[in-house]
Amino acid sequence: MRTVFKTTYDADINLFRHGAQAFWYLSLLALMIVLPFFLSDFAIGEMTNVLIWAIAGMGLMILVGQTGQASLGHAAFLAIGCYANVLLQERLGLPFILSLPLAGIIAGLSGVALAIPTSKLHGIYLAIATLAVSILVDDLIVIAEPLTGGINGLLAPTIDIFGIQFDRYGTPVRFYGLILFVTVLVVLAYRNIQRSPLGRSFAAVRDSEISAQAMGVNVARTKAVAFGISTAITGLAGALMGHFAGIFNNETFTIIISIQMLLMIVIGGLGSIHGAFFGAVVIALLPQAIARVRDGIGALTGTSIAIPGMESAVFGAILILFILFEPMGIYGRWLKIRTYFELFPFYRRDMFRRQRSYLKTERMR
Amino acid sequence: MSLLEVENVTLKFGGVTAVNNVSFSVEEGEVFALVGPNGAGKSTLFNLVSRFYDPVAGDIRFAGESILKKAPHEIARLGIARTFQNIELFEQATVLQNLLVGRHRHRRGNMFSETLFTPFVRREERRHREAVEKVIDFLDLQPYREKYIAGLPYGVRKVVEMGRALAIEPRLLLLDEPASGLSVEETQDVAFWVEDIKTQMGVTVLMVEHDMHLVASVSDRVMALADGKTLAIGTAQEVQNHPKVIEAYIGVADENERVVA
Repeated sequence: MRTVFKTTYDADINLFRHGAQAFWYLSLLALMIVLPFFLSDFAIGEMTNVLIWAIAGMGLMILVGQTGQASLGHAAFLAIGCYANVLLQERLGLPFILSLPLAGIIAGLSGVALAIPTSKLHGIYLAIATLAVSILVDDLIVIAEPLTGGINGLLAPTIDIFGIQFDRYGTPVRFYGLILFVTVLVVLAYRNIQRSPLGRSFAAVRDSEISAQAMGVNVARTKAVAFGISTAITGLAGALMGHFAGIFNNETFTIIISIQMLLMIVIGGLGSIHGAFFGAVVIALLPQAIARVRDGIGALTGTSIAIPGMESAVFGAILILFILFEPMGIYGRWLKIRTYFELFPFYRRDMFRRQRSYLKTERMR
Repeated sequence: MSLLEVENVTLKFGGVTAVNNVSFSVEEGEVFALVGPNGAGKSTLFNLVSRFYDPVAGDIRFAGESILKKAPHEIARLGIARTFQNIELFEQATVLQNLLVGRHRHRRGNMFSETLFTPFVRREERRHREAVEKVIDFLDLQPYREKYIAGLPYGVRKVVEMGRALAIEPRLLLLDEPASGLSVEETQDVAFWVEDIKTQMGVTVLMVEHDMHLVASVSDRVMALADGKTLAIGTAQEVQNHPKVIEAYIGVADENERVVA
């Protein structure tokens, strides 16, 4: 086990805890940059998809994992980001480099607008309020047909940054590079929030509202900020999702997507950036995996099997298994395995207690 | 002018009068203790000063200004820190992070500068970290810096909570039963710390405590409460010998009572 010998306060403040950690994360980044040059276009598309889901996951993670507020409505903010981005480009002629951050800001402000009236709600009540928003946005897209194209949907234009084209099919490596760039920026922002007073005030609200207040944290305001940052990041993911999908309508962002996002961060591991990425891998690649297995079985038995609703059933089963056997998610399991080997042979079974930060009720008042 | 003045404060929960027309004042630099049987209204008084409850009558002034118009989160900014009877720490965070939350009152960055982690934010973090390290040194919390609260023993949590309140750099520190559930040695530590908080840090302390030995050894003045009413105010000695206090704790012999042999 590595013991870090700290000689300055900066050791607790820096982005990486020690040199080896910096080395491994930068190596991972280098690998992510180099990898697409050796992969097929299909595999690059899948990797791009994973990254976009990871951004969306980080958005929701700030709210659920860091601040402890439930949301079943984040598909609505994917939609807001996605539509805002395309409409700003098509209707106002803004370049992508402006429309993307603006889409994030618009989604973030809508998040704040939702947070203000719901700041006194907890747990299941908040989940229901956000669920309502998800349904509402779905309907609004259909109603506002002149703007959104209704059920016919909208086409996302090819991204153009200073004359360079980024297209999922035309230039997949470049498109992947753009998404990776945004992902890295979001990870950096997330880490900065985590290590600053803002992130600590989120954790304070999550773990005990009453004592957060006694420490001078304005709980309602902190929740609104958490909602704003969370939905802004989700809006960015939505905008990128629009360009990735090419065409989208109200069906692209249904309540099922909201639930999948929540599944994603629970399966990945609540409260960590890693969790968002692990969860994104599962959510983005599972449909492919199911299709592969189905085709394999079909080829073996000589029949074609197509069970409707198979995907949702497998998602559900995975979630149940995780909640029963690994509530800390994939990242939690990874930590346990790593600690086991670091401390070998001194690992104890109860070294990681069950977390109870999610959907906690307040004791006072 | 007293640092904290509580004037004719009354609080009712439905038909129950939890605090009934209570007045007292805490002078700058003293240790003031509230004692009384369970349900006397001691913790309720704390929650009134923390603004978690609104009194139905009376006024509470801090440094001469009424705090009844303030929101609960503004109380820490005035320089009033508190601990909780049943420990309200941030469980899924480390000791260091818990103490740093106490520095929230001194936060000068905003969400934008902190998301970008500008050099200013880094300088601020160093400043907070240094202030927290002083608290860690004061309370001997060095072995627990990186530990998560969820895995810490009760006695240490109690100390961490006191440290978090001190990280606020308060003028007035409210300690809600700082020694409950602690061993004799740990209680002795608490007595020394309260003494040092008063003399070295110059912080005024208002505490609720059942351990009369601790109360007698550290407090300058004591107020005894029962059923939401003030029984007596004075030195620990005076209050302990006050007939009303003895009556509240032990009861008084009924004159008509006959021992039936």
